[in-house]
Amino acid sequence: MTNIFKRSAALLMTVSAAGLAAPAFADGHALDLSGQTVEWIIPFSETGGSARWANFYAPLLSEALPGNPTVVVNFMPGAGSTRGANHFQELEYEDGTVIFGSSGSTQFPYLLNDPRVRYEYGDWNVVLASGTGGVVYLPADLAGALEEGGIDAIAGENFIYGSQGATRLDLVPLLAWEMLGLNVEPVFGIEGRGDGRLMFERGEANIDYQTSSSYLSGVTPLVEAGTAVPWFNFGALDADGNIVRDPTFPDMPTFAEVCEAAPACETSGPAWDAWFAFFSAGFPAQKMVFLPAGAPQVAIDTYTAAFQAITERADFAEISENTLGAYPQMTGAAAEAALERATSVPEEAQAYVIDWLAERYGVVLE
Amino acid sequence: MDLFATAMPALGEAFGMILQPAVLGYLVLGVVMGLCIGVFPGLGGIAGLSLLLPFMFGMEPLYGLALMVGMVAVVPTSDTFASVLMGIPGSSASQATVLDGFPLAKKGQAARALSAAFSSSLFGGLLGAAFLTFFILAARPIVLAFQTPELLMVTIFGLSMVGILAGRVAVKGLVAACLGLLVGTIGEGAASGELRMSSYDMPYLVDGFALVIVGLAIFAVPEIIALLRQDKAISDRQVLGGGWLTGVRDWWANIWLSIRCSLIGVAVGVIPGLGGSVVDWIAYGHAVQTSKDKSQYGHGDIRGVIGPESSNNAKEGGGLVPTLLFGIPGSGSMAIFISGIALLGTGQIEVGPSMINNNLNFTYAIVWLLALANVVGTLICIAAAGGIARLTNIRFALLAPFLFMIIAFAAFQSRQEIWDLVALLGIGLLGILMRRFDWSRPAFLIGFVLAAPAERYTNQAYQIAASRFRRSMEEGFDYLLSPIVIVLIIVTVISVIAGLRQAKNIQAEGAVNSGGKRAPFLFLVAVTAYIAIAYYDAATIPDYARTDRVFPVFVATVGLIGCAVLFIQTRLKPETDPLFADREVMDQRDNAYGLWQTLGWFAGLLALTALFGFILALAIFLLMFIRFRAGKSWAFAILYTAAGIAFICTMAALLNRDFPPGLLQSYLDLPWPLS
Repeated sequence: MTNIFKRSAALLMTVSAAGLAAPAFADGHALDLSGQTVEWIIPFSETGGSARWANFYAPLLSEALPGNPTVVVNFMPGAGSTRGANHFQELEYEDGTVIFGSSGSTQFPYLLNDPRVRYEYGDWNVVLASGTGGVVYLPADLAGALEEGGIDAIAGENFIYGSQGATRLDLVPLLAWEMLGLNVEPVFGIEGRGDGRLMFERGEANIDYQTSSSYLSGVTPLVEAGTAVPWFNFGALDADGNIVRDPTFPDMPTFAEVCEAAPACETSGPAWDAWFAFFSAGFPAQKMVFLPAGAPQVAIDTYTAAFQAITERADFAEISENTLGAYPQMTGAAAEAALERATSVPEEAQAYVIDWLAERYGVVLE
Repeated sequence: MDLFATAMPALGEAFGMILQPAVLGYLVLGVVMGLCIGVFPGLGGIAGLSLLLPFMFGMEPLYGLALMVGMVAVVPTSDTFASVLMGIPGSSASQATVLDGFPLAKKGQAARALSAAFSSSLFGGLLGAAFLTFFILAARPIVLAFQTPELLMVTIFGLSMVGILAGRVAVKGLVAACLGLLVGTIGEGAASGELRMSSYDMPYLVDGFALVIVGLAIFAVPEIIALLRQDKAISDRQVLGGGWLTGVRDWWANIWLSIRCSLIGVAVGVIPGLGGSVVDWIAYGHAVQTSKDKSQYGHGDIRGVIGPESSNNAKEGGGLVPTLLFGIPGSGSMAIFISGIALLGTGQIEVGPSMINNNLNFTYAIVWLLALANVVGTLICIAAAGGIARLTNIRFALLAPFLFMIIAFAAFQSRQEIWDLVALLGIGLLGILMRRFDWSRPAFLIGFVLAAPAERYTNQAYQIAASRFRRSMEEGFDYLLSPIVIVLIIVTVISVIAGLRQAKNIQAEGAVNSGGKRAPFLFLVAVTAYIAIAYYDAATIPDYARTDRVFPVFVATVGLIGCAVLFIQTRLKPETDPLFADREVMDQRDNAYGLWQTLGWFAGLLALTALFGFILALAIFLLMFIRFRAGKSWAFAILYTAAGIAFICTMAALLNRDFPPGLLQSYLDLPWPLS
């Protein structure tokens, strides 16, 4: 129990420090949410990664917001998160007590002109953007073949991959493997990436990817046991939007490096541009928090300052390690830039992916 | 032995960890909360754990675990109250308990049924925990041995239970199961995202129906309406005094059945991906199959209570294996359990492949907490059983509006849309008609529950096997026909043959006399029409999405063949044949009110909700119902309404839930709970 108090005290100091620094507070303009209840809409069920992310932030947010409102996470699953997003779109800003948490699965239908999408990211106000990365891994025998004979040695393999759907985040690894010239057959209908990993462990799937935090917790033990070998990760974006090595896995090559080395793959041209666009949309700002349309600057500043205070806590790295991984938690201008990258893909890239989905998987988004 | 060398010190350490007053205090707190949540139909571990999550952040890990495990462990214990006393499945884990538990309550033996159920629950929970203690160290390879073909066979084995629960006319049971499977495929296909029996203009249908709604609609709504129409108490006999001791003796007399069903529960729980919703049916089917005298099943055979109740608590222990070892939740509540654990302390306990190596003491602490929670929960339940059993002597007209309020609230939690209530009433009408014409409702529900896994595993196994066959013939056959698959095929075939031979003698839902031909015929026409439309709808799915087409088309074809057989029999058989079962004719003397008149009350609640929102509608409904239908004074009605509204608002506030808004709310801004 005592460590909670210690932490709260540390937090109070951080909050007050941040409060002094943030312009919104210096002017004396800030929302006061005392006695209020903040509803945080998550367009997924209680059981997914977004739930874990929101459950992690909710109590911290409650402590960091002025007036310490109760923060409750309200799960509103349905239609691959488009239902909750459509609901949020219809809300007008009232008193700053409703926020929304989106994910890559909310972004992709938006980018692919899914007929169910009736929301517009441009109307919303971003106050936090959480990034992540993704790691591709292979069974030991295939990794050995790859090590010896290069990518040609595994080009003839019948790869099986447990997938949640070609229009979801899985689009990024599927397109990457296709560019490398691999013959990967996705087995659809997996309910979560954890089930995909289980399929890999059972030996039914022989290629898989996990987001960084689930790779660290779920796959690292397999790597230590020698049954799985990491191949590459998707990389991370630097401040200028270039792909660099993922800070969580500095020793692992990125897809760009692997692609460069592979004869079939090119780091330019329409396929690469499409992959890069969708990677930038899906990973570096995978989960974002929004205030609804029409939110005044003071509300945006209040929430921005609160999230900033959380991410600047002295113990943030320690308490977030397992749920978030070592990825940027962006607020303010950085979050806006991340949102911009995440929700705008060049028209050619969009058209390329829509065509590719139709041709390769028969997915028609109409 | 190596196993023991690792296990014993950790076991001892875990025992020391949980035997602290604070830990035990949190455990009891969790147990009490879990019991309260479990008592309400439709609310289960998911609702309870969501309630706890906000408190988990940074909490002392052991305290948090005690709280969460205490809650999860006892939900399948206390959900028995609703199943036995009201005929309403308290949660998806005790649907099968209704079949024999409720008839026992009607006979005035509620206390006996309850205590037999609690003894079985306790035993199942303890056996599950004991099994887990040793199994968890060796479980990894066994869980991994269950590949997709094995999972498919387990699903098919579950479906084979339809055989024993099909009722007097086996073909009717088969068609009911097909109907359930088809209703289960409504919405977006899992493989290609193609829509079945839905459109994007009706977003509600795209996600399909939730099990909570279908379970309540198929079992609870028909039972409430039927009892209301008779307008008396559930049990017309005096509650037997001291019945609880009889129940414990009943359990002891069937100890072997209890052991077998507990093992079934553990086994089904261990296999990830099947979900626990079917384990009670498998246990029930097993209990029936292994009994010599089957004539009392459906009329109140105590073994029909002991079987499912032994299995559903044992399942929680089994379900911990995939959760702790692989980080793969075996059920919805386990998924929240995982995110709860991640919030504890500084997050040092990490569920998944490293759990056994790094946190064996915590793993055992969880197992021990599970066992202890079962003991505490059962003792509380047995102590309360005698008193609560008296509910069955209250006039049902006073109980029904309250029950309906809770069911509507629970149904609304699934999607938080008014369509939840429409679905509840719509599928409820189907349930009423199935009950009336003696179509097996268990068969329908088993079909519904297993529709998603059956389709998913069929498609996946087909796809993976095709890839293996491309490599070599031998590899393909090795994959499909593993020893586990072959054993499961044999077990399934035996179960189907035995089931069909015995099904005629088992009336899982009681005897029903036959009436005229016309009404049953019309219902058959309606069922056939739906299956035909579903067939057409699925058959028109284009080729590129054929993975979403194959399963519904196959099921609908089987269903249509079954319907054709029934049509032929309709022509040939006399009016007295069980084919023309019609409860309406049989119950004519007992029914004080008409069906539509009674159903009208609830349709009225729905219409009022659409206009004024749930709380205002509920106030009007309760007031009118108690005053005019139950015939009580205005003063009584007002008091009843106030109590009802206060109760539901407290519950919603605790669980942090909203109520369905109506038309009024889109014009006016009203404060909670009216909003």
